Amino acid sequence: MNDQLLWFASRGSGIVSLLLLTAVTVLGLISIVRWQRPTWPRFVTADLHSNLALLSVVFVGVHIVAAILDPFAKLGISAAVIPFDSSYRPLWVGLGVISVYLVIALIVTSLLRERIGQRTWRAVHWVAYGAWPLAVLHSAGSGSDAFAAWMVTIEAACIVAVTIALTWRLVAARNIRNELPLVVAATTASHAPFADTDR
Amino acid sequence: MIQPRLLAGPPAAAGAETLSDHVARLGSLPGVERDLVRTITASGLLGRGGAAFPVGRKLHAVAARSLGDARLLVNGAEGEPLSAKDRALMASRPHLILDGALLAANAIGAREIVLYVGSAHREGQLALARAVSERRRLPLRVRLVSAPHAYVAGEESAAVHFINQGDARPTVTPPRPFERGIDDMPTLVQNVESLAYLALIARFGEDWYRQAGRGQTPGTALVTVSGAPNGGVREVEMGTRIGEIAQMSGLGPHDSDAVLLGGYFGRWTTRDLGWALPLDPVLLQSAGAPFGTGVLSFLGMGQCGVAATAAILDYMAAQSAAQCGPCVFGLRSIADTTRAVASEVATSSDLGRLERWAGQIDGRGACRHPDGAVGLLLSAMTAFAADFETHSRRSGCLANVARPSLEVAA
Amino acid sequence: MTPALEAAAKLVVDPIVCDGHGMCAEVLPELIELDDWGYPILVAPLVPAYLEPLAKRAAAACPVLALRLIPR
Repeated sequence: MNDQLLWFASRGSGIVSLLLLTAVTVLGLISIVRWQRPTWPRFVTADLHSNLALLSVVFVGVHIVAAILDPFAKLGISAAVIPFDSSYRPLWVGLGVISVYLVIALIVTSLLRERIGQRTWRAVHWVAYGAWPLAVLHSAGSGSDAFAAWMVTIEAACIVAVTIALTWRLVAARNIRNELPLVVAATTASHAPFADTDR
Repeated sequence: MIQPRLLAGPPAAAGAETLSDHVARLGSLPGVERDLVRTITASGLLGRGGAAFPVGRKLHAVAARSLGDARLLVNGAEGEPLSAKDRALMASRPHLILDGALLAANAIGAREIVLYVGSAHREGQLALARAVSERRRLPLRVRLVSAPHAYVAGEESAAVHFINQGDARPTVTPPRPFERGIDDMPTLVQNVESLAYLALIARFGEDWYRQAGRGQTPGTALVTVSGAPNGGVREVEMGTRIGEIAQMSGLGPHDSDAVLLGGYFGRWTTRDLGWALPLDPVLLQSAGAPFGTGVLSFLGMGQCGVAATAAILDYMAAQSAAQCGPCVFGLRSIADTTRAVASEVATSSDLGRLERWAGQIDGRGACRHPDGAVGLLLSAMTAFAADFETHSRRSGCLANVARPSLEVAA
Repeated sequence: MTPALEAAAKLVVDPIVCDGHGMCAEVLPELIELDDWGYPILVAPLVPAYLEPLAKRAAAACPVLALRLIPR
């Protein structure tokens, strides 16, 4: 029964982590396109994004600990911290390890953003586009019930959600780019009034 | 009217004064024994780049921070199209400017002089370049840099930004150049006219300088007059009244009723209030008007003040550095709306909107470019209040211009 | 003046970095309004003590760190 418990805990927390990470990614993309409603100001999107990210760390932590303790998974600590070091499906587990490291980098830099400055923070935040796909691949390849219908459904839903949000972000790119120089350049005035400039 | 000082000597048409002529006329460069900062402070010389900041105080601020590694930026960008004094001075008296630069550089402990000259001012660039080569064994490095042809390129922080990073857009201050400028060193940014006067004061003393001047501010100044038969650059005594200058420039009592004072970033004023105003930075400031860059652009009787303001605002909007939202969108909005008023397609609520935006835009950019545009607009709405009123009611232009044209000839 | 109203800090906006996101005005409407184009106007730059925690949140909420809370 205890073995079953660890296995359920590992799987369950893993799935919740994936769902949370999916939500975090979607909220991040919604934040970029500056979507808002009178009842949903933009700081709500931003705060939810960061709070769910922190929550996902908790569940990932449970997932990793349960997986290590589970005797049937045969995973040691080194498998959890060194990518591709596990004897059980090294590739898929390794992708998960990398994904966790990326998430940690994102969270740590975000907590220290005022200290490290905007530019550094932004540069690191680009790895966000890698963290979620790696988590999906890890979940598809590592679980022993990866092909169960319900599991496939969950993963498909996550992929659909992020795809829609990403498409929205790419389409809305026009609204996001820096329009100040464009507004100024659109002005037709070229000559200086009253002035004889050919001196 | 006293004798010209900066413009004394051969006429401008004679071109750049050579080193030998310059020395023959004025004597050689004064030695370094005089305490220049004290002398300049005592003279009351005010900066001629537009802010009228006391030159002595600026010299002191940089000298106090310099460890012998300060920089001097000689500002000859003259991005204000209505002003021609700097280019005229550079083209005809380059050695006077160089004298001033060398003296100031010595006083602040600088190890480099950068001559920042507007790219459109070809004669000035050539004259200064030739003048530098005429001098042998300069005590420090002197280089000539061509300033981009843009309105804000002559702004202090923009000039320093361009020297440091090739980007002539203003930066957020603090820190100001006197604290950290070129190469992060204390930098003195001084207009060419200010340095030319400095060179004269170093030779003839602060008392000599103070012999001229009718009001609060001593000395003389260069002004650029346009919109008049005898316009152009002239040297006038501080405190000369605008009406006198109008007369000197050939304007009769029925030729003009309004003048733009200071530059595009300045203020309109009408004959009733303005002709009695003295050209004195301190006295003008208490009257809410700027001396600016000594621009006096008279508006002819057949010209519409609203249309003129709209054209200038359009230009100011186009010259925004495009860094700050309130400037980019704000100037665009007030320019478009003023143009609508001038073209008689606006309503009275548009006038209210102009005032609202003026309040929103002022002081919210990194530099004072939007402030200048707002100041111009508000002064126009006061000076041409009746015109704005009739235009917004679409009942014609008081200047009797059948179709107000925005293509105003110089 | 009661301690809660005394101001020990003030808000400053870097107008060049500011991109008009407007989150600051959402978090701190007591002191920050948006102009007609979505850019922040600091109605009262001095922050009374009782609003300081919110002001810190507003500065942290800015996506580009244009808003800063500095000692007075």
